[in-house]
Amino acid sequence: MQTLTPQRLRELDLKATDVREGIIRALLAAGSGHSAGSLDMADIFTALYGHVMRHRPEEPNWPQRDRLLLSCGHIAPVRYAAMANFGYFPVEELLTLRKFGTRLQGHPERVSLPSVETTSGPLGEGLAQGVGMAQAAKMDGADFRVYVVTSDAEHQCGLHWEAMMTAAKFKLDNLLCIIDRNFIQIDGSTEEIMPLEPLADKYRAFNWEVFECDGHDIAAFVATVERAHAVKGKPQVIIAKTIPGKGVSYMEGDYTWHGKPPNAEQAKTALAELAATRERILAHV
Amino acid sequence: MSDTQTLDRAAQAMALVDYRDTANLKQLPTRNGFGEGLLEAAQANRNVIGICADLSESTRFEALKNALPEQYLEIGVAEQMLVAMAGGLAAVGKIPWIASYAMFNPGRSWEQVRTIMALNQTNVKIAGAHAGVSVGPDGATHQAIEDIAIMRVIPHMFVVVPCDSVQTKKATLALSQTFGPTYLRFAREKSAIVTSEATPFEIGKAQIFREGADVAIVACGILVYNALIAADKLSRERGIECRVVNNHTVKPMDEAAIIDAAKTCGAVVTVEEHQVQGGMGSRVAEILSAQHPTPIEFIGVNDRFGQSGDPVELIEYYGMGSAAIEAAALRAHGRKRT
Repeated sequence: MQTLTPQRLRELDLKATDVREGIIRALLAAGSGHSAGSLDMADIFTALYGHVMRHRPEEPNWPQRDRLLLSCGHIAPVRYAAMANFGYFPVEELLTLRKFGTRLQGHPERVSLPSVETTSGPLGEGLAQGVGMAQAAKMDGADFRVYVVTSDAEHQCGLHWEAMMTAAKFKLDNLLCIIDRNFIQIDGSTEEIMPLEPLADKYRAFNWEVFECDGHDIAAFVATVERAHAVKGKPQVIIAKTIPGKGVSYMEGDYTWHGKPPNAEQAKTALAELAATRERILAHV
Repeated sequence: MSDTQTLDRAAQAMALVDYRDTANLKQLPTRNGFGEGLLEAAQANRNVIGICADLSESTRFEALKNALPEQYLEIGVAEQMLVAMAGGLAAVGKIPWIASYAMFNPGRSWEQVRTIMALNQTNVKIAGAHAGVSVGPDGATHQAIEDIAIMRVIPHMFVVVPCDSVQTKKATLALSQTFGPTYLRFAREKSAIVTSEATPFEIGKAQIFREGADVAIVACGILVYNALIAADKLSRERGIECRVVNNHTVKPMDEAAIIDAAKTCGAVVTVEEHQVQGGMGSRVAEILSAQHPTPIEFIGVNDRFGQSGDPVELIEYYGMGSAAIEAAALRAHGRKRT
């Protein structure tokens, strides 16, 4: 990974704003979809595509690329918006989200859009597939890394814990799990519906190396990834604290935005706020 | 050799052994063929690997485990993990065979099978061991008799149920070289070997094991032997000649072979060690009702669960013995349009 200069960091902060705009426009056009988680992972997806990962947008199936799996497929808008903003396809294609004939299915499908790496949506399955990819890399002596983005609530699925055990057994130090720790799920707070805490201790007990960081601080996230990459012989997890709906004030922290899109009026407000954010970043030389 | 005449021309063309010669008929579990085929496939291609969920002996993974440990992974009792991890390995070019009892994989892992293997179109191969009531003493919890139904409704899936251990080996090798999500089903107990090394095998191509124009018996799995015995007896005792079709590929089914059998014979009996509801016979009925309506009798378990017992005893109790097949053939014959 290259050094993250102040100039580069500013570019990424602007890109994250572009990604959020893409999310809002896509969700508005679709008329359905998941707002809160998509928005709160914009900074991390920007960091991954813009700085952390080895990849070639012009050659999506490049065999040496790092693999990024989105386990919680319902926040597909953030992945699509990041891919569009980093050159995988035109930004205008985001407006086809969830529409008949689109490559941007409501939940990502590898057959229609191979660079999403796998089909996801049914929760708790991404890490298990990431374990398979990381193990394949070990067997082949390949040096690509596997990144798996998961929601916090999908830790309520049993398969995720099977994957945690397996990753530790095979000492998959080429595997990094990133948790969107926003404390919400469809029905409310994760800690009321099925408590996950102490989440970090649970990972440690499963022989993982655990890191925590602010999921909206790109510099902090990149620094944490660098520390995770230095770990040998163990899989790593970053528990990224995020604010659901981040970047759109009326959505922030409100779980009811988990599974719905903005209407035209709400989208207008959101885009105005994001434009103001962009101005602030540009003014902050 | 049997004291009657030699096998008919269809059986000779298929290089079958003389299945009537019970004294000399070899018996081996179909799962042995899987173990042999997997080892051979893995020796030929280092990307062919096995992933085991704590049943290496039962599923016959042991040969691979001992000969090529670097192509073998053990992940414990975690059947959903089996499918999902295999999906990841396949996405990077591996050809993973995953094996457990059919009851747990695909029984427990169905949603992962649908999403990660089929919708995602990955080259993952499931070996479903211990299928059918012939598992015996373990009882109903371990007797998968719904697995064909839940697998054949999934788009892109290959579903193959070979008739004996020799054919199971050939199927394992052929499926290892065919891209696509796959379900290979086999059984636990020793069963008659009716095919030989020279018997052809092609995925999706049903085989005529016995010629006849009175009733068509369409069978899969270890009950193909019972179908042949029933047909032989009907010929000797009643002069009714049955065509016996080894319908080993349940999906994609050889529709032309099914329609030809129905047109030639005018009556059909389907035979499988599975629930009648939703199984191989149901697919035969779907094909024929749409393209060539024909009287059909269904041999299989009829909407019940299995139980503990001796395998042969259970096959008889649930109405899948050769006498039950004979009776079904007579019923089908009686329903023919004149």
